[in-house]
Amino acid sequence: MKGKTKKTLLLISMVLPGAIWFFLLRYIPMAGMILAFKDYKVYVRDPSFWNNMAHSKWVGFKNFKFLFASTDTGRIIRNTLGYNIVWIILGLVLSVGVAIILNEITRKRVAKAYQTLMFFPYFLSWVVASYFVLAFLDPTRGLITSWQAKNGMDVINWYHEPKYWPVILTICNVWKNTGYSAILYLAAITGIDTTQYEAAAIDGATKWQQIKHVTLPNLRPMICILLIMNVGKIFNADFGLFYSVPLNSGSLFPATQVIDTYVYRTLTATSNIGMSTAAGMMQQLVGFICIIIANKVVSRIDADSSLF
Amino acid sequence: MKKYRPVNAVSRPVEALFHMIMLFFCLCCVIPFVFVIIISFTSQQSIREIGYSFLPKEWSLEAYRYTFKMGQQLWRSYFNSFFITVVGTLLTLAVTIMYSYALFRKDFKFRKFFTFFCFFTMIFGGGLAPTYVVCKTVLGLSNSYAAVIVPMLLNPFNLIVMRTFFQSSVPMELIEAAAIDGSGEYSTLLRIVVPISKPGIATVGLLTALAYWNEWFIPKLYVGSDPKHIPLQYLLMETQEKIDFLVKNSSMIGAEASSIAKSLPQDSLRMALVVLIVVPIAFAYPFFQRYIIAGLTVGSVKG
Repeated sequence: MKGKTKKTLLLISMVLPGAIWFFLLRYIPMAGMILAFKDYKVYVRDPSFWNNMAHSKWVGFKNFKFLFASTDTGRIIRNTLGYNIVWIILGLVLSVGVAIILNEITRKRVAKAYQTLMFFPYFLSWVVASYFVLAFLDPTRGLITSWQAKNGMDVINWYHEPKYWPVILTICNVWKNTGYSAILYLAAITGIDTTQYEAAAIDGATKWQQIKHVTLPNLRPMICILLIMNVGKIFNADFGLFYSVPLNSGSLFPATQVIDTYVYRTLTATSNIGMSTAAGMMQQLVGFICIIIANKVVSRIDADSSLF
Repeated sequence: MKKYRPVNAVSRPVEALFHMIMLFFCLCCVIPFVFVIIISFTSQQSIREIGYSFLPKEWSLEAYRYTFKMGQQLWRSYFNSFFITVVGTLLTLAVTIMYSYALFRKDFKFRKFFTFFCFFTMIFGGGLAPTYVVCKTVLGLSNSYAAVIVPMLLNPFNLIVMRTFFQSSVPMELIEAAAIDGSGEYSTLLRIVVPISKPGIATVGLLTALAYWNEWFIPKLYVGSDPKHIPLQYLLMETQEKIDFLVKNSSMIGAEASSIAKSLPQDSLRMALVVLIVVPIAFAYPFFQRYIIAGLTVGSVKG
């Protein structure tokens, strides 16, 4: 009996540092969401968090009303959802496609080399990537702009023309993430029992039929898990991509402003903590609902593939 | 000699097409970096005349010479990046291993609770603004190394990966046997579990190190005003807007600094910074890759 208590205490001592971290940096901020209903003011006499909170006025849903009254909001939500939906589908198709291609290459050394090269961008930050983009699109020195100038074409001022950015951002996203998810899928494909393919081949299945009837069904659990996780993040955007790759250029906001960058800019530029919290809260709530629904749907279709 | 070809392989023309697609994609992945390296070795004169080019008119080491000449801030940040990465990764690993080990122990009384405590943060959170306010005012995180490391100390995803790794590689009987032999909980973890789980620990460690090395947002939020603690990535971010940031924060005095700022090979210098950031990653890359691929395939098992 005494041994059992001691064991429990020791194990608790192991989770304690982590649990304290989760409490301080994840759970207190959740409680901090009430800032969305307050007009956050620093209490000058003794500016501790609790004092600031206690002395800030309740404003009810005012912050949310502002949020929805703003004409930007619709555009921001459209951008966030639009990019995510296109990228989830595109990412899925491309990375499964690349994984299947890699698996079909008969020289395994060469396939390994491809794998190594295409995984590389995943290891770089968006700040670094933003310089890569700049090398091509810089308004005076960029490769593409100087090529346009040399050939007497109209030089496009890339960093002031929002209409090109949906394409540019999509290319960046594909460039950085396809290699990574292709490798995940490839690992799952190589794990498929080869006798399934042999049986299919003996029955006269073409390569295409084998992919359709053997490879894809085997990948289903993995596709489902990654889909749930992506759908759960459908209201979240990759901050670095949307902030640093367009060089924080204001004239590109119509195409590059997403919820995450909006929350950040509201927080830092106007220090409007209430508004920023309100926007973040909408994002969290919708994301939470999305992940629950996605998980429900998947578990309805295929119970083993759900996340929880 | 005829190469062995599996019976069930795609036809040769199709495979040739596959090679072409893959070659194109791989080139796209690497060429921007090669291009940036070339620009960093291009003379300012050549950039002014023909812009950035794969075939510059004139090569030059100017940019790198400048990084040595006036790079106090640069080397300080380089050191910061290494320091934050090493210390941060060690701390993260220690906390992550302990937490996930307890979650792995089926006989831990509060296992369910602490699993949920961690998992819930994956699907719900306070958002940026409250987290920022709490970190700044409650925890007093600003302008220190702690302000960069603490906010990214734990990642619930890595915790779950680690636990899954324990589940798949450490047999429960081993732990029971150790307990019967009188081994304490901590010494079982250190002497038995950690050595068996080295590949998993390496994976999580490398992913964590990469995250610390590449982070620029958290330094921007919490140490933005203090050049002493900013890492390389944030420095690079700042030089996007103002290249003279480098000079301003070195110890040089007004006139000297401004004269240097004027003669700065701005464009190639920026690209040289990019190269300096990526080089350590490129060197560690072959090593990283192997472990990360090995680990991701384990971690993707449902928890």
